[in-house]
Formats: sequence, structure tokens, C-alpha cells
Amino acid sequence: MKPNDPAITWLEERPLGLSERLYLPLFVQGLATTARHLVSPKVTVSFPEQRPTVGNPLIYRGVHRLNRDDEGRVKCVACFLCATACPAHCIDIVATESPWPDREKYPESFQIDELRCIFCGMCEEACPVDAIELTSLLDLTGKSREEMIFDKEKLLSVFDMTKDAEPMKSASMGGTL
Amino acid sequence: MPVVIVDGQEIEIGADERLNCIEAARRAGKEIPHYCWHPGLSVVASCRMCLIETGQRDAATGKISMVPKLVPGCQTPVKDGTVIVTESPLVKESRARVEEALLIDHPIDCPICDKAGECLLQDYHFEHGQAERRADLHPFTSRKRDMGPTVTLFVDRCIMCTRCVRFTREISGTAELMVTSRGAKEEIDVFPGHPLDNKLSGNVVDLCPVGALGDKDFLYQQRVWFLKREANVCGGCSAGCSIFTEHNQDAVYRLKPRENPHVNKWWICDDGRYGWHHLHDSSRILEASRKAVRPDRRDNGSVTPAVETIEWSDVVTKLRADLKAAGRLAVAVSPMLTIEEAWMLCAVARSIDPQAWLAPGFVPVTGNDESFPGDFTIRAEKCPNRRGIEEVLALYGAGGRSWNDLVAHVAAAHADAAWITGGYPGPWIDTATAESFAGLGQLVVQDLFDSPLMRLASWRLPAAGFAERAGTWVNVAHHAQSFSQAIRPPAGVWPEGRLFWNMLGRRGLYDPVSVRQQIAGSSAALAALAGEMPATGVDLRIHQLA
Repeated sequence: MKPNDPAITWLEERPLGLSERLYLPLFVQGLATTARHLVSPKVTVSFPEQRPTVGNPLIYRGVHRLNRDDEGRVKCVACFLCATACPAHCIDIVATESPWPDREKYPESFQIDELRCIFCGMCEEACPVDAIELTSLLDLTGKSREEMIFDKEKLLSVFDMTKDAEPMKSASMGGTL
Repeated sequence: MPVVIVDGQEIEIGADERLNCIEAARRAGKEIPHYCWHPGLSVVASCRMCLIETGQRDAATGKISMVPKLVPGCQTPVKDGTVIVTESPLVKESRARVEEALLIDHPIDCPICDKAGECLLQDYHFEHGQAERRADLHPFTSRKRDMGPTVTLFVDRCIMCTRCVRFTREISGTAELMVTSRGAKEEIDVFPGHPLDNKLSGNVVDLCPVGALGDKDFLYQQRVWFLKREANVCGGCSAGCSIFTEHNQDAVYRLKPRENPHVNKWWICDDGRYGWHHLHDSSRILEASRKAVRPDRRDNGSVTPAVETIEWSDVVTKLRADLKAAGRLAVAVSPMLTIEEAWMLCAVARSIDPQAWLAPGFVPVTGNDESFPGDFTIRAEKCPNRRGIEEVLALYGAGGRSWNDLVAHVAAAHADAAWITGGYPGPWIDTATAESFAGLGQLVVQDLFDSPLMRLASWRLPAAGFAERAGTWVNVAHHAQSFSQAIRPPAGVWPEGRLFWNMLGRRGLYDPVSVRQQIAGSSAALAALAGEMPATGVDLRIHQLA
């Protein structure tokens, strides 16, 4: 767009009024804001000694987990829809024939590169069986890049860790299975 | 010329063409959906998806009289004055009903179905089906049934188009498949004790419009929307079938036949279809190396040959220098090479030794040609380009020779150095034959895998596989097809074309098209290769007949 584009409306800067030219009223206004925050309750916490509260864990997008079904098996059916939806290409699945009669295939390996992930939640949304979910775990650290590539076992252990605090979303959020 | 009216649009068809409504409508740019009809198989008109309205225009009065009921487009031939209506409310309603009926018993397990993404049931439902489902929705897992060594049937996904059954009866002529039960209980099955194990069995998977027939080799390997396809030519035998190489991230996942009326029609054989696994074999030769004879232990005078790895840019110069120093050169031009590569190899050889003795490489032959009732032949000659390299060798005055002549030539000590190109997917030379090359000053072997000959070589060079090459192959029927590279060779491998291109001192990247134009311009026999090559290839004899 060029400066002489007809879509642009040029406005003249408003001339300063008396109070603005005096400067003092605005100075007092600023001091008042500072004073208000000095006495109001704090919104920050001393992380990590103190944990921040997550507003709504159901819609928070933290570390992933792979859900288990009633029999404790991985719920994922290896359909690759999360990997297809993923804009960061951080999900890597190897599918194979499942050992169970009621299921056709399952992930032999399921890896998420948590460093590459942008926590957009598209995988959770794409999953047709509500197998992958984002938990409200927010402090994700590791000492190496390899450590931050979560494999199937680790993602299942995240589920075991969080299943009591955060039940599977499918029931409360209209899941398919 | 007969005129057919498709949705008000008049199109002319050939006077002696026998088209059905689907083919005629396709000429007018209208796609009539169909499941059971396939141009290569007989017509059964059982799926009812191609129902359309037809009529006849009276030649004298121009008055159109329509048939009151819908007719299957696949079974209705067109003639002069035939009127086809593909978009009327009646036709659309009929398609939606067919889709609805098919989906009542379908498991709707698209997320775990390997066909999803290239499934006609999905595509047609999206295009012609209705948004609301009236029947109860019970997603379930399809029953699995073993058909044979290559194919699995997912029984409940089947829509009973019977394309696979007709294929085994009409094309492969083996008739292993049948329909059991009747009505809503119909299922595809094999006759007891006769599994689907003919050499064309993989084609039933391509024919299946839904996810019922699964290729065991590809099952669960990759979702089809990740695959990229490159029009290629099968290197399995001298038939030179047109194929699509489907790959992702430089790994081939499957080969699919590419329709070519001059060569393979719609089919390929299982040998070709599953003949790509050697490309990703871990035992492939991946680096260029030279056996250097260095005096390691000077005290007792014995020498140990050591192998040194050579950078490709150094291969270009050092190989030329070594061969020049050795003396009389004999070159085997492998029938796995494209004609562009073969032509450049001959040029390189003649630039090193103007009297270089050129001959065809080893031509692998297994059994006899196998023909099937559907006019499909698997050739015994298991290399794609014998005719092509013979044409090229004739250009260099080396026609009429064979691999055995080359072995005899070397055994008779008429050569001091030999350059043997290979690229064979399997073992091809025995120790006794290889021993004939033992006394040479320099032996250059360029191949995919280790062999008795490779162990004798002073220069070991890797070769490229069929999907890693670009160029032109000439099949047994003089039909030439050009193709480009589908995947990159493994890291550290230069395809032959690139090496020869650089050894000829040409600048930039290897460009097979420019080489092809040069060959076409210099040879009457290969003149048909000039210009743009059609996707289905050209017959080299066209110019000779004229």
C-alpha cells in the first residue's frame, strides 16, 4: 500500500490541551497506577516453588498424553490423522497389525518431539478416538534433545500420572467413542 | 461422423468407435461415477452407480425421445444421435440412494482403512451422497480374510463390484476368486484350497474401488496422502511396464501400474510390483573405492592391497587417469542403463581409449515368457533396456556383440582394463566367469551389490536403482519410454548418468533430455526420440516404417 492510496485516511495529530502541556496531571495518573498495583493482590507466583493455577484444565494445552482404554491398552488406532493435522510435523508413528481381535492396527511406535511441537492442539482435535490429549502439565524440561522426544511408553505414563486429576475429556466433551 | 449429445453438448466420435455412455461422457468432460465398470474388464452393470438418462434424437425431425427409465451408462452403447443426461434431478437422486444403500453395511472405519484418501466410496459419497444418514450408525471393525500370499480381504468393506473376480477369470485366467452366498449376504472368497497366488494377483488391489482388498506389502505402511508419485518405468523385465513409483522422503512405498495402451494396459505383474525392495537393501554398495596396492611391510617384501575411499569429484579424474594408464579398454554396457547413460558411457570409453572394445553387459534371463489370457506377458529377459543399448552400441560400431563375446575377449588377453557396468538387483555372475577378469591391470565394476566380480575389482563403484535413474528405456517391442528420477539414491551415491556426464566434462547438472536430443539427432534408428516424449512413450519403428 502506498502513502497516496485512496483507502488511507490521513489524520492530523490533535493539538495538546492545557493539562497535557502542564504534564503534571498525567504524571500523577501514572503514579496512581503504580500505587494501585502495590497494594492489590499479586498475579505472579514464585515459580517453581509455587505452582500457578491453571484456569480450565480442559482447554489448557500442555504436555501430550496417550490415553488408555478400559483394558489398559493404548487407545490409539494409528490412523495418522494427528500426524497429518500437525503443522509442526512433530508426530512420528509406525503402524502395525494389532495383536487384539477387536482392533485392526495400533501404533508400534509413537513419538512426539516436544521441542518441535507448538502446542496448537490440532492433534487432539483431529483424533477420531480421543486417544491423544493435551494435559495441563506446563513445566516441560529436559537435559537433552533426545530426552524431549517422547515415545509411546512415556506418553502413556503421562496418562497414568494425570488420569485422576484430569479424566479423559471424551465423556464431558462429547467424544466419539 | 456420429454425434452424441452429452448434457446438451454435441461431441463427435469416430465412425467405428464402440463407446459406452461413460466413455462418451468423459470426452465431453463429464464424469459418470461407476464402481463395477472397468475398461479392461467385462461389463456386469451391477453397482448401479452409473445410472443415467438416455434418449435418441431423430435424424430426420431432430425430435428427442427419452427412455422413461434410468439405464446403466456402462452397458449402454452410444450411436449417432444418442442423448445422455448426467446431471438431472432423477439421476442425482438415484446416485444418492445407491451411496446410501452401500453405506448401510459399510464399517465406516475410514481412519484405519488404508484406502482412505484414494477410495471411490469416499469420493463419490462426498460428491453424490447425501449429508444425512437415515440408517443407524454402528462403526465396527471389518472381518479380515486371507486371500493368498499377497492380498488380504476386509470382508465388510466390500461393495460387491466383482472387479477382482472378473480379473482373475478374464485377465490372469486363474479364476481363484468367487462370490459366495446371495443377496445381502454376498461375499468375495477364494475356492477352498486355491489361494490367490497367481503372478498378477496384486492387480486386484488396484482394481478394488474401496478398501476391501489390501496389499500385504503396503498394509499399514503409510497413509496414501503422504505419498508422492512419479511416472516411471518398471525395470523388472524387458516388457517395460509403465508404473507410478509412489514414495515419501526418498523411500519407495509401493509401485502402481500406469495406464499405457501400447505396453501394459492397466496391469503390472507381482514380480515388478514388489521388485523395489532391493533399493532399500542395507547391503548396497554406497561408496566409490579403489584397491590401492601399497607396500605395507617392507621387511619381507609382501604387499597388502588396501582399499581407499575416493570422493566422487576425484573419481572423475582418477578413474580416467587409471584407465588411460592401463591400456586397451573393454567396456560392458549394462542393459539396466538408460540409453542416455549408455551413450555417455560409450563416449567416455572412446575418449579414454579411441579403440575401446564396447559390448553389451550381462543379460539376465529366467525361464520363458509367461503369457496370460488378458493379453499380458511377463518377459523372461529380466532387464529393461537390451534393445536400447544395442541401438547405442551400433552407433559406436559395436553392434552384434554379446556379453559372452566380451568375456572371451578379456579371457583371450585382448584387453588390459575392463569397465563392467551392472545395476542388477540380484546375483548375476559366478566365480568361474568372474575369474576371466582376474588378470586385468584395472577392473572397474559398477553395481548395486557385492558379487564375485566386485571382489576382484580394482575400482568399486556403486550403481543406481531403477527409481533413482532418469532417461529412456526401449522395451522388447521397440517401444521407448522416458522417465525422470523418482527418489534420490542413498547419500554418497552418484547415479551413472551423473558420473558419465561429469567424466565427459559437461557443465551443470546431468540433463537426460539434452542427451536424448543429441542421440536422436545423430541416429536414424533413434530419431523418434527427438522432441517432447509422450507419457506413454513412442514406437522407435515409426520413422523406419515411413
